[in-house]
Amino acid sequence: MYAQEVKSTGLVVKPLDEMSDEERAFQVRIDAGEKIEPKDWMPDGYRKNLVRQISQHGHSEVVGQLPEGNWITRAPTLERKAILLAKVQDEAGHGLYLYSAAETLGVSRADLIDDLLSGKAKYSSIFNYPTLNWADMGAVGWLVDGAAIVNQVALQRTSYGPYSRAMVRICKEESFHARQGFDIMMKMTSGTAAQKAMAQDALNRLWWPALMMFGPPDADSVHSAQSMAWKIKIMTNDEGRQKFVDQTMPQIEYLGLEVPDSTAKLNPETGHYDFSDPDWAEFFEVLKGNGPCNVDRLRARNIAHDKGAWFRDGLMAYAEKRKIAAE
Amino acid sequence: MANDWPLWEVFIRGQYGLSHRHVGSLHAPDAEMAMLNARDVYTRRNEGMSIWVVKSADVTASAPSRKGPMFDPSNDKTYRHPTFFDIPDDVESM
Ligand SMILES: [Fe+2]
Ligand SMILES: [Fe+2]
Repeated sequence: MYAQEVKSTGLVVKPLDEMSDEERAFQVRIDAGEKIEPKDWMPDGYRKNLVRQISQHGHSEVVGQLPEGNWITRAPTLERKAILLAKVQDEAGHGLYLYSAAETLGVSRADLIDDLLSGKAKYSSIFNYPTLNWADMGAVGWLVDGAAIVNQVALQRTSYGPYSRAMVRICKEESFHARQGFDIMMKMTSGTAAQKAMAQDALNRLWWPALMMFGPPDADSVHSAQSMAWKIKIMTNDEGRQKFVDQTMPQIEYLGLEVPDSTAKLNPETGHYDFSDPDWAEFFEVLKGNGPCNVDRLRARNIAHDKGAWFRDGLMAYAEKRKIAAE
Repeated sequence: MANDWPLWEVFIRGQYGLSHRHVGSLHAPDAEMAMLNARDVYTRRNEGMSIWVVKSADVTASAPSRKGPMFDPSNDKTYRHPTFFDIPDDVESM
C-alpha cells in the first residue's frame, strides 16, 4: 500500500445509536455507498485520516519517480527509454491527482510538500530500496506497481469522491506500468544465462519489500476498524498481501523464476498461496528512516525543490507583470 | 510560500458532440501555463480534443447542505415528467 498505516488512529468505531445526529447521517450515507464530497459535513477524524492517507499516497508517487528516473538515461534502447520516461511522467501526474484530492480537504499543497521535504510526512517504504541495474526496472514495474494496483483498485470504492476519482484515473494508467515491467522481465528471462540471473536477483531483492508495501500484519497493526467503517480503507493489509501473492505466483512460474520463499506454495484446501512473513523488523527500521536510500531520496527531493524555486518564482513574476500591463 | 501558484479547474471535451467535463485541477501561474499543464497532465492518452481552464476562485458552487431548499422547486413538480400522464394503450406511440 502506498499509505502504510502503522499508527493507530486511536479511534474506536461507535455504534450508530451512540453517534450524534450528524455522525449518524454521515455513516448511513457511507454504508449506503454514497460518496462524500468536499463541502459535505464530515467528522474531524475522517478529514484528518484522509489528509494523512492521501498525502502519503501522493508523496509515494512523487518519491517513487526517483528509483526509476535513475535509469532513464541508462535504458538499453531508445524504445525502452521512451517507455520508462512515459511511465515516470505518469507517476508525476499521479502525485498531482492525489495532492489535488487532498487540497479539497482544506490543506495547501505547499504545506504538504514542506512536510515531505522536512521528513515529517511519510511515503511508502518501498522507495527507500535502491534500483541497482536494468532488471530492477522490470521488477519494479511488475512487482511494485503490481502491488500498488491491488491496493488502488480497491480504493476506487473509497467513500471520499475526489480520492475515488483520482484512483479511477490512476488505475487506468497503472496497467501500462505493470505490463511494461513484466515485458522487461520476459525479455531478460528469455535472454542469456547472465540476463536471466539478473532477473532472478532483482526478484530476490524486491520480493520482500514488495510484500511490505501492504503494511504490517493485521494481528499486530492498527485498529483499522474505524478506517474500514469510513471506507477510507477497503481491505486489510493481510487481504491485500494475499491477493498480490495469489496473482503474482503464477507469473513467477511463467517467467521460469523462483520465488525467494521456500514455504510459498498453493494450498489446495484454501485455494490460496501460503507464504512467509517478510522481516518486519527491517520494515520498521526503513519507516524510521534507516533504509538503504532514505537519506538519498529526501536529499534528491530537496535539491530538486530548491533548484526549481527561481523558475517557479519567475513564472509567477511574469504572470503578474503581464496582468499589470493588461490593466 | 508567498508565491504559490493559483489553483485552476480543468474541463475537457472528450470528443465532438460531447460537453466539456470537469476532470480535475492543477496549480499554474497563469492561464497559458494552466493550459499547457492541463494538456500534459490530463490528455496524455488522447482523452481530449478541447480544454477549458478556469480559476478555481472564479467558480461559485452550491452548498450540498442546502441541497434540500435548493432543489425543492423541482421535486414537487412531477407533472414535468412524461410518466405523470396516463395515456391509454389504444393511443399508439406518444
Ligand atoms: Fe502511480
Ligand atoms: Fe505506477
